[in-house]
Amino acid sequence: MLKCWQAALFASISLAFSLQAFAQKNPLAGDPKAAKAGESEFRINCALCHGLGAKGGGRGPDLTRAVKKHTHTDADMFQVISNGIPGTAMPANGTNGQGVGMTEREIWQIIAYLRSQEVKASPASLGNTARGKELFYGDANCSMCHMVQGKGGRLGPDLTGVAGSRTREAIIDSVRNPSRRLAWGLTEATKEFPQEYETLTVVTADGKQIKGVTLNEDSFTVQIMDMSENLHLLEKDKLRSFQKTRESAMPKYTTDVLGDKDLHDVVAFLTSLEAK
Amino acid sequence: MNRPGQSRIAAAVFFCLACTASAQVTSERLVNSAKEPQNWMTYSGDYSGKRFSALDQINTANAPSLIPRWVYQLGSTGKMETSPLEVDGVLYATGPDDRAFALDARTGRPLWIYQRQLPGDIRPCCGRVNRGLAILGGKVFMGTLDAHVVAMDAKTGAVIWDVAAADYRTGNSFTVAPLAVKNLMIIGVSGGEYGIRGFIDAYDAATGQRKWRFYTVPGPGEPGHDTWQGESWKVGGAPAWNTGTYDPGSNLLYWPTGNPSPSNRGAGRAGDNLYSNCLLALDADTGKLKWYFQFTKHDEHDWDATQVPVMLDAGDKHLIVQANRNGFFYVLDRSTGKLISATEYGKQTWSDSKDTEGRPIAKKDASPTLTGHTVCPGALGSTNFLAPSYSPQTRTFYLTARDQCDIFSTAPQPYEPGHAFYGSAYFPSEEAEPYLGFLKGIDPATGEIKGKFQHTSPTWSGVLSTAGGLVFTGDAEGNFIAFDASNLKPLWHFQMGAAVYAPPIAFAIDGKEFVIIAAGSALYAFGLP
Repeated sequence: MLKCWQAALFASISLAFSLQAFAQKNPLAGDPKAAKAGESEFRINCALCHGLGAKGGGRGPDLTRAVKKHTHTDADMFQVISNGIPGTAMPANGTNGQGVGMTEREIWQIIAYLRSQEVKASPASLGNTARGKELFYGDANCSMCHMVQGKGGRLGPDLTGVAGSRTREAIIDSVRNPSRRLAWGLTEATKEFPQEYETLTVVTADGKQIKGVTLNEDSFTVQIMDMSENLHLLEKDKLRSFQKTRESAMPKYTTDVLGDKDLHDVVAFLTSLEAK
Repeated sequence: MNRPGQSRIAAAVFFCLACTASAQVTSERLVNSAKEPQNWMTYSGDYSGKRFSALDQINTANAPSLIPRWVYQLGSTGKMETSPLEVDGVLYATGPDDRAFALDARTGRPLWIYQRQLPGDIRPCCGRVNRGLAILGGKVFMGTLDAHVVAMDAKTGAVIWDVAAADYRTGNSFTVAPLAVKNLMIIGVSGGEYGIRGFIDAYDAATGQRKWRFYTVPGPGEPGHDTWQGESWKVGGAPAWNTGTYDPGSNLLYWPTGNPSPSNRGAGRAGDNLYSNCLLALDADTGKLKWYFQFTKHDEHDWDATQVPVMLDAGDKHLIVQANRNGFFYVLDRSTGKLISATEYGKQTWSDSKDTEGRPIAKKDASPTLTGHTVCPGALGSTNFLAPSYSPQTRTFYLTARDQCDIFSTAPQPYEPGHAFYGSAYFPSEEAEPYLGFLKGIDPATGEIKGKFQHTSPTWSGVLSTAGGLVFTGDAEGNFIAFDASNLKPLWHFQMGAAVYAPPIAFAIDGKEFVIIAAGSALYAFGLP
């Protein structure tokens, strides 16, 4: 157990350290050569999820926005790149097991690059947030399957934080073409790939057909949530049939089903959640 | 005795009532390992690289009744890529962050544990991993992440000698399991991601004195030097990070090499870039090169050729085969290095023609581009370091394979000592099919895929085949699976709770066969009830 003076010393050192971290500025700020080097480092280490131009990919947010969900200061960005964001797909530097990881200087180069790419003005809202909320929980039927802030269905991904991790374009694409890029579900600590939201139809030994979404799967078992949100934990060799498809269980929202204006309203609603 | 910078728990005495664990491993025993199938004394089980166990107590009839016999938890984080050794009842293995340990192989109880205290500024690529030990005399040998070679007392884990082979600060490290040959300890360096100059070393097992070094990137005046543009050879990579094989008849070592540096950018290193992505035949006594075969010339996709080369004999033909990361299965004459055949075993788009020797050659448009260019296989390859297996019983080569394509996009980087030196980014195509993982069986005589089992997702497990008509491997979902070697149908599986990144081995104690594999941060032993 720490003695009183040790605890006080520890607390003061911690405070000093955190203040230093809080005040930390990028030593390479504004250096165009550093930003150029950072572009290569970004392409190698970050573009997988955030896209080649940092404008966001299918898995990570647009980092050219001046206002970011997790990072405001250079020190925030350094901390996030170094340590990742728990509970998200953002890994700590060098922990994905495939690459080398970055040095501190390389991280600062990336931050210099990202600052050089920032678009200062927030994009104008393209929709009506209140109407989007009505549609989400009403006529568009989104909440049948998607949860937002604790209200909604469980079959699809919880969309409360989706605007923080996807670009507007990626969200729109997911609504218009839900099968083009299946959402990631469960991520296991030692496994290379997360489970995707694949659709399954199985027939059990007693002839019962079950259709649903894969929560998890291995070569011998499958864990399914059916369309009524019931869990089915099954052994594959006991099934009469097992059919998996990369067609999303989510219907394709064409413009006939959900017009562009309505879609923009829904996206405005989802985006407004991020800002709160 | 505790040495500075190291901690170790040693049980000086261990009792083994039904066995004696004191016989030393001589080089003769290693050459004649087929005479003692109850032991597993080298990385691949023997010098040929077959990873085949002649034990048949566990077989196709009784495999469904396999049970776990013990589990040993390291209490660490990070991947276990270890292929354990087992000699006379003692099991030797390694874990993340340069742990080494010895267990009572019957019960899993530890005899000693070695934990290296590594410098804080090492940055090894691809995990702080180690793939295993070598054993000779009364010592076990390990390469370390700070680029040392260490000899330990096999009975206590006490360090006997510790030699610095290279500067870890410039990206050199060891992750490979060394290979004991005669009185030498052979080891190859890792660091192809840092622009090292690769090498293969031989150390006197008794003293730690370096006996020879073969640089895998030739210096000025040496043959092959002219395959490098300008000064690029100095940072040419070509590491040697997986265990090779050895032919006692010819006294030749067959050691594979990895990618040129920068790994994904050919600009600045025009030429074939010898001896990157090669199989080297080296005189074991001197390290002199007898022949080489380069699988991928002037590589720009990180297709290391570090897969275990496996020696096969077909009639009077002395062959060596490799399922290469570039998607082709190669058969060579191991006396001359002459290519006999190269056949596609996985999805590939980089080559649609062969040179006059029959070697697949790259299309002109296969290079990375600024906006990105999709190539199959991806950077992780059609296979990787995952140990394959050859069963003389079924005459089939078994391997873990994946179908995956990546977008390769240029990202120039200057060389800086100890910094990542890729020169290109790679990532999956958004529109791509999901990545597929397989256990495949290849007929080396024809290159034909005789059978395959599709995993739920790609796995990093190695493969073991046995005289019981079985093939064992693990999967990314945590299963350890026994297959019928004749048709690759699963006969049994056990859920271990973590993805597998290691190959299995087999041994026997008191007539009881065990199969071992690492998953997560644990070693699992399986046997019959």
